[in-house]
Amino acid sequence: MDSRSKLILLLFFAWSYISYGSTLEICSSCAISSLKQGVALAKDYDTLLIRKGTYREFDIVVDKPLSLLGDDYPIIDGEDQGEIITITSDNVTVDGLFIINVGTSYTEDFAAIRVVKSKNFLIQNVVLEKLFFGIYLEKSTYGKVYHNKIIGDAVEEFNSGNGIQLWYCNNIEVEQNIVQHVRDGIYLEFSDEITIKNNISTNNIRYGLHFMFSNDDLYEGNTFENNGAGVAVMFSKKIRMYKNTFKKNWGSASFGMLLKEINDSEIIGNIFEENTVGISIEGSNRIKYMENDFVNNGWALKVRGACYGNVFSANNFLYNSFDVSYNSKLNDNQFNGNFWSNYTGYDLDKNGVGDVPYRPVKLFSYIVNRTPETIILLRSLFMDIIDFSEKVSPVFTPDNLRDNSPLMKKLP
Amino acid sequence: MLKILKYSFYDLMRSRWSYVYFIFYLLLGFVLLFLNNDVSKAVITLMNIIIVLVPLIATIFGVMYYYNSKEFTELLLAQPVKRTSIFLGQYLGVSGSLAMSLVLGLGIPFMLYGLLRSNAIWDFSLLLVTGAFLTFIFTALAFNIALSNENKIKGFGYAVLLWLFLAVVYDGLFLISLIVFEEYPLDNFSLIATMLNPIDLSRTLILLKLDISALLGYTGAIFKKFFGTQMGFLVSMAILVVWTLLPIFRIVHKAKRKDF
Amino acid sequence: MIQVNNLHKKFGKNLVLDNLDLNIDGGGIFAILGPNGSGKTTLIKSVLGMVVMDKGQIAVMGNSVKTNWKYRKEINYLPQIANFPGNLRVRELIKMIQDLRQKPNQAETLINLFKLEPFMDKRLATLSGGTKQKVNIVLAFMFDSPLLILDEPTTGLDPSALISLKELIQKEKAQGKTILVTSHILRFVEEVADEIVYLLEGKIYFKGTMDQLKTRTNQTDIEHAIAAIATEQEHA
Repeated sequence: MDSRSKLILLLFFAWSYISYGSTLEICSSCAISSLKQGVALAKDYDTLLIRKGTYREFDIVVDKPLSLLGDDYPIIDGEDQGEIITITSDNVTVDGLFIINVGTSYTEDFAAIRVVKSKNFLIQNVVLEKLFFGIYLEKSTYGKVYHNKIIGDAVEEFNSGNGIQLWYCNNIEVEQNIVQHVRDGIYLEFSDEITIKNNISTNNIRYGLHFMFSNDDLYEGNTFENNGAGVAVMFSKKIRMYKNTFKKNWGSASFGMLLKEINDSEIIGNIFEENTVGISIEGSNRIKYMENDFVNNGWALKVRGACYGNVFSANNFLYNSFDVSYNSKLNDNQFNGNFWSNYTGYDLDKNGVGDVPYRPVKLFSYIVNRTPETIILLRSLFMDIIDFSEKVSPVFTPDNLRDNSPLMKKLP
Repeated sequence: MLKILKYSFYDLMRSRWSYVYFIFYLLLGFVLLFLNNDVSKAVITLMNIIIVLVPLIATIFGVMYYYNSKEFTELLLAQPVKRTSIFLGQYLGVSGSLAMSLVLGLGIPFMLYGLLRSNAIWDFSLLLVTGAFLTFIFTALAFNIALSNENKIKGFGYAVLLWLFLAVVYDGLFLISLIVFEEYPLDNFSLIATMLNPIDLSRTLILLKLDISALLGYTGAIFKKFFGTQMGFLVSMAILVVWTLLPIFRIVHKAKRKDF
Repeated sequence: MIQVNNLHKKFGKNLVLDNLDLNIDGGGIFAILGPNGSGKTTLIKSVLGMVVMDKGQIAVMGNSVKTNWKYRKEINYLPQIANFPGNLRVRELIKMIQDLRQKPNQAETLINLFKLEPFMDKRLATLSGGTKQKVNIVLAFMFDSPLLILDEPTTGLDPSALISLKELIQKEKAQGKTILVTSHILRFVEEVADEIVYLLEGKIYFKGTMDQLKTRTNQTDIEHAIAAIATEQEHA
């Protein structure tokens, strides 16, 4: 290399330092051959360009604003030693890495990528496999977790971790991630103003999404399928849940969604399909359920305990074994203008609204609550007769629990 | 036997009743589909009909046919034909024509409606198969009753009672015992009690398709194994076959010993 | 032709045939007589295998009735009450029986003889009792079998049909066949029967020719002879 080209290169680096910081290349045969070395050598706002290859490293602490950019998915192999990348600085970007073999511990929550007390981070296009915890955000704000793929191999709850975990965070966007085979796909605790959008969380051991003490959050367009127990939303308020799909969550303690102590929220435009229980509701008040589709669930809604001031309207209840089950005789919730495929009434005045009210709670669902084995008598003539007599004169089910304006046609 | 089957079938094909039965199903199929415009809902309604009506019709029709064809039977008995062939031929003639009315009567409207393109086709085929099984089972039971009772009125009475028992009363007793003994593990009891009644058995088979979500909500391990895997389906099918064969064997047995 | 040994049959508590032995050799017309309920039809039906015997053996042409059904190929049977499937047409019924037996037959001749052509396309349910009986006779006589069993063949027949029937029976006899007849019309029996089997209370009370019967009872005509044999039993 002659002096002229050296000068040009220098000028180029100088220029790029001014605008973006400089780029440090990491590869097995390069001057910098490990990420740790790269981080140590880099200045603020530098980019570490990690070439394809395998890097056996763990405990990489990113303590300055850097971009870790992978070229064709370099493999960072933690060799089950512990945590792999820990971000403690603001303005860090991690992009395009393939991280495997996170250490498993019963005392510490090792993660593939942990963000601690940082702002403005971006984690995208990362693939995680053989992990304990995946992406762990801790007391961080204004970050984005975008388009990552987390594929665990969890078998049991006690020795597995969560895919994406948020703890005391706010203003974070979690979008377009795929999370599978971990304990909880996405876990939130004490995290407010979070947007969870268009993620696909499937086949997780416990919950597709687990949500505690987190307020003012939005989830939209996510798909939760075939998770051990579905989605649990607990002890939170002002949650907006739009257009999510909850599917095939089967099992005795399984549900599409569990609402526990949730207040003042909106559940609109979601699809609950083929779950043992579509939504299981406990102690949740003033929630608007609108335009949801409940299709082929065992129980579309299971209402237990004190639930007041909820409104269910303009939903489709299609071919559920039971539409609604209640365990008390009291009812303070409103059902109005829903479509029920089990409705057998008529519409003589042709206004699209059935002329007789629909009672979504069947006596049989009450019996099944009491003696679960009786489920085997579902759809028998005897049960139909009993249900019919209960319909005519309710004894066991809340008298005022009815949809006074059931729709004749399915809502689009 | 084939000849007897041919003539019984032929005889039935021109009796008004097979047409009534066929047209009933045809109309039912059309009404369900074209008024509802929804295959899934139609399948659910059909299930109720199949597990209640098919056994009733098969029972009554079987008894009726047996008594009405007494002359035919006697004529045949003097001919060089094996006895069991006569009764099996007649039995297969009746049950075959009933099953055919059912399958065609419901099949045609669903085909026209475009079932083949719908994903309800498996549920629907299962319904038809179960319906056919119930037809064969209850016609055989009806023949048994008729063979054992010379008195028509008595025979009819027993047949209707049998239906009433299996379709309604049995489930009532079943429910009561489940509630009374709810303290005990009832998995095995429930499954066995289901197997002992062909109507319940057929219903369970259909439930496995339609209501699997709800069934899997139950905690019992045996239930889970039964419902959660192919096993439930295979066991139920096998027992339906047993339920068909047992009364047929009894027809043969009875027929060999009966005087005319 | 027919050997019956030790035949027992009970219907419920009612003993109908009691240790009955009967041997009928080939050829000729045998009339089975007896009061109502004496077991005539039961005996015939036992031979045909329609009634299942409680005890004993019956062999038809050497074949045991119990184990075999093929011997019925050699029997033509005319049942007592002509009950046919109602919604079958006459033609279909005849064709069906032909189809079942797969034997050469002379149905056409018999149909002509009994003038049944106009009824061929009528349903059996619409026919009168006499016409039904004619159809019955056609079915029974149309095949060429060595054994004929006729249970009350004269029921409902008009005089000309009765004459045709008698001729038919004689014709069959001339061919060396064995014919078993039951009838209440004694004139008819007297005219056609070679031998008489008299059944009483489930047993053979008398078996022999017409003359033997008359000699035994010292009567000159059959009606009195039969009446005498019946009272003889009462007095005994």
